[in-house]
Amino acid sequence: MIHKYTIAELSQGLSNGDFSSVEVTQYYLDRMQQFNPQLNCYITQCNEHALAQAKAADDLRAKGQAQGITGIPIAQKDLFCTKDIKTSCGSKMLDNFISPYNATVVERCNDAGMVMLGKLNMDEFAMGSSNENSHYGPVKNPWDMTRVPGGSSGGSAAAVAARLAPCATGTDTGGSIRQPAALTGLTGLKPTYGRVSRFGMVAFASSLDQGGPLTQTAEDAALVLTIIAGHDPKDSTSMKQEVPDYSTTLNDSIHGKTIGIPKEYFTNALDPEVGDTIHTAIKAFEKLGANIKSISLPNTHLAVPVYYVIAPAEASSNLSRFDGVRYGYRCENPKDLLDLYKRTRAEGFGEEVKRRILIGTYALSAGYYDAYYLKAQQVRHLIRDDFIKAFNEVDVILGPTAPTTAFKLGEKMNDPVSMYLSDLYTINVNLAGLPSLALPSGFVNDLPVGLQLIGKDFDEATLLNLGHQYQQVTDWHRQIPTAFDKGEAA
Amino acid sequence: MEWETVIGLEVHAQLATKTKIFSGAAIAYGAAPNTQACAIDLGLPGVLPVLNKACVSMAIKFGLSTQCAIAPRSVFARKNYFYPDLPKGYQISQFELPIVHGGKLDVQQEDGSIKTIGITRAHLEEDAGKSLHEDFHGMSGIDFNRTGTPLLEIVSEPDMRCAKEAVAYLKALHALVTYLEICDGNMQEGSFRCDANVSVRPKGQKEFGTRTETKNVNSFRFVERAINYEVERQIQVLESGGTINQETLLFDAAKGETRPMRSKEEANDYRYFPDPDLLPVIIEQQQIDSIQQTMPELPWEKQHRFQQQYGLSQYDANVLISNKALSEYFETTLEQTDSDAKLVANWIMGDLAAFLNKNNLSIEESPVSAENLAGLIKRISDNTISGKIAKTVFEAMWQGEGDADTVIEKHGLKQITDDSAIVAIIDQVIAESPQQLEQYRAGKDKLFGYFVGQVMKKTQGKANPKQVNELLRKKL
Repeated sequence: MIHKYTIAELSQGLSNGDFSSVEVTQYYLDRMQQFNPQLNCYITQCNEHALAQAKAADDLRAKGQAQGITGIPIAQKDLFCTKDIKTSCGSKMLDNFISPYNATVVERCNDAGMVMLGKLNMDEFAMGSSNENSHYGPVKNPWDMTRVPGGSSGGSAAAVAARLAPCATGTDTGGSIRQPAALTGLTGLKPTYGRVSRFGMVAFASSLDQGGPLTQTAEDAALVLTIIAGHDPKDSTSMKQEVPDYSTTLNDSIHGKTIGIPKEYFTNALDPEVGDTIHTAIKAFEKLGANIKSISLPNTHLAVPVYYVIAPAEASSNLSRFDGVRYGYRCENPKDLLDLYKRTRAEGFGEEVKRRILIGTYALSAGYYDAYYLKAQQVRHLIRDDFIKAFNEVDVILGPTAPTTAFKLGEKMNDPVSMYLSDLYTINVNLAGLPSLALPSGFVNDLPVGLQLIGKDFDEATLLNLGHQYQQVTDWHRQIPTAFDKGEAA
Repeated sequence: MEWETVIGLEVHAQLATKTKIFSGAAIAYGAAPNTQACAIDLGLPGVLPVLNKACVSMAIKFGLSTQCAIAPRSVFARKNYFYPDLPKGYQISQFELPIVHGGKLDVQQEDGSIKTIGITRAHLEEDAGKSLHEDFHGMSGIDFNRTGTPLLEIVSEPDMRCAKEAVAYLKALHALVTYLEICDGNMQEGSFRCDANVSVRPKGQKEFGTRTETKNVNSFRFVERAINYEVERQIQVLESGGTINQETLLFDAAKGETRPMRSKEEANDYRYFPDPDLLPVIIEQQQIDSIQQTMPELPWEKQHRFQQQYGLSQYDANVLISNKALSEYFETTLEQTDSDAKLVANWIMGDLAAFLNKNNLSIEESPVSAENLAGLIKRISDNTISGKIAKTVFEAMWQGEGDADTVIEKHGLKQITDDSAIVAIIDQVIAESPQQLEQYRAGKDKLFGYFVGQVMKKTQGKANPKQVNELLRKKL
């Protein structure tokens, strides 16, 4: 039953010689073969590539050159560029795009000897909260196949939740790692802006995008973060900040840590039953020795409007390069240059992407820039200041990750504003650039619920420490959807 | 009505870095299309720019030399527009916060007077690729080699009042950037190109007229012609009751006229905003100080020195320093001769300049090296050859016949300075011209020149003219 193992356990098994990386990889490839058609979480499966990497990892281990994570399979969100393997970003625009280079995150996984199982489905260009905006069709939530897995890293969440991969990468611009993690019962980490290189991540909103892991446990998140984090000379916004070994502080006592509970996170917008599980979790942390303190983040209500100016503005510019001239989709028989641009972009982009390009173009246009973009940047500072003030009094902040459990497929597709509000609690963290760890914290009507811990700049270690300690006294993270909890022993 | 012209120039100077402004791809003019463009230059999905720090130092150098304020914090912005040779759909430039601003340049005019031209700002930006419309049978080709080449865009105040002032400013700026070694100044290859903003207004009016912008004029001569054409055109339009459209023009050098580049309906809203992929450029005083320590001699400093040290006139000094290579050629030549600077300057500004112009060569391409010119001048100074023969020797050197001594030897051009040899020839001439001798002696003084000419003719110009004169007077 290899799929029951966390990557920490797989690592132990590999080093004990209980199984080889080739065996583990084949096991997951078989599960992908069996279950992916139902879930639609993989866009590309890399069987041969994965087995070759697994073989290489086993060889390294035989030579005594393996690191802890060598030979562990991982799946990549399909916006991390992978050399010679399609990187679609969930879009028709890039359906034929093969990158000539690897993203830094992919490169670091390769260097550590990890095995890439495949490329994961996602909302087109990471724009969405349900994974319904994909050219490759929606992804199903393994806990209820009529529901969404969240987004935009919906493929990553469904794959790990159904154990079609032991861990995956995602990206989080406004909650795209944490919200799907919450909706599928996973641990998801959005690192501090600048902690993980953005080089080779197809850009959505450059000042907000950050890559990170979706895993079963905080301990696993620590293992993955340790290898993917750190300064990259190819990304000017990645910080020259030392990367600790996050595994070494997981077992520290959290006694005396102060956890802030922002009152703005517990309003009518929050489903009461979801709220109950959060309150139960708060009690668990208290029992572990943490002090609980009520705090205020007064500008929280401004986060969604600010985000929907800044993110589309940056996206409108970032997505200009998809013009049909050099790579990607090109319309048939363009009459002239303007026709090439218009039809390529009209046909190559989906509705939500076009909506955001239009919003962003409008927000940056002459005469509106000051009122929208500039004002939004000013409010963004206020939102960050709220957090900075709060961190004078607390070590971490705790709240719900999403206001509800997973919603039905199609439920919010015709109501973009309601869809945008599902990121109510995650967006302000991106605007402030802070790290945040989403943890499974219970179930409501058999659907997973998540909480999130928000930390100080570059203080992922404290988040992972608290998350790991919480997971020592709870077992929400150990739950696997019944339909997918079967498999042969390797 | 009397009109006043108002001109401001925007100059794009390509910075002389080894690699591009935001990628490690090499820069070299003339490479095969699309061989010098990496994933970053091509704007592939996921790539990010990283600033080439050499560009910052070069901009600081320029700022220091023009007394600009150096911004402690400047910001890169995206200028958004669609064009096939702009791979990202935006150009990374600087908009609200340029790296340097508020300076000036003193420009020497033709009459020797100085006019100060304000420098509004200079900012860093990346160049676009090139669209190639010929040779593709109704299609266009794109060459991305130039994409991401670093540019310093230098914007002047609207301080110039005629085309000649604009050209003088442009030449001074050209000299400056080459002295600073931040730009190779090659205008044909587009390393230094100019957009001219031109307007006219009734003399005495305070407000500016509506301006037009003539893009990418790539020689000093064309700038002058384009501005003069545009001034005439605007005055004509206004005097016949029309109005000037604020528009972008192209100068057609073949026809000698400007014409609209794009219509108003296509005017772009560039939607500038700070580029989130790049951090603000922070410049510490320490960096400015250390660059200040390494500043080279600037054109006006060199001009001053040439006047002081070599006793050159202001005019000569200004011509010689106008081009860094020329000034170096002058000093190398001078160092290797014992002659006075004026003789060397005359040769360089006279015969050499004329040959270079005629053959459309730059000083760097001169077939006569500074060493060889010095060799020639030495032979003039030591009376081996006359100034007139020197011109023949120079021409032979230009044709590649070797240094001055080789040419003099080969063609037997050595000056005849032996009195007895000259007297022998004089005797011969006198013997052959009895009629002229009679007339001369009868008082027709003008015939003296005839005898000089005959002697020179017989010696193929090699007799020392001074000696010929003296000896002839005695003999006649």
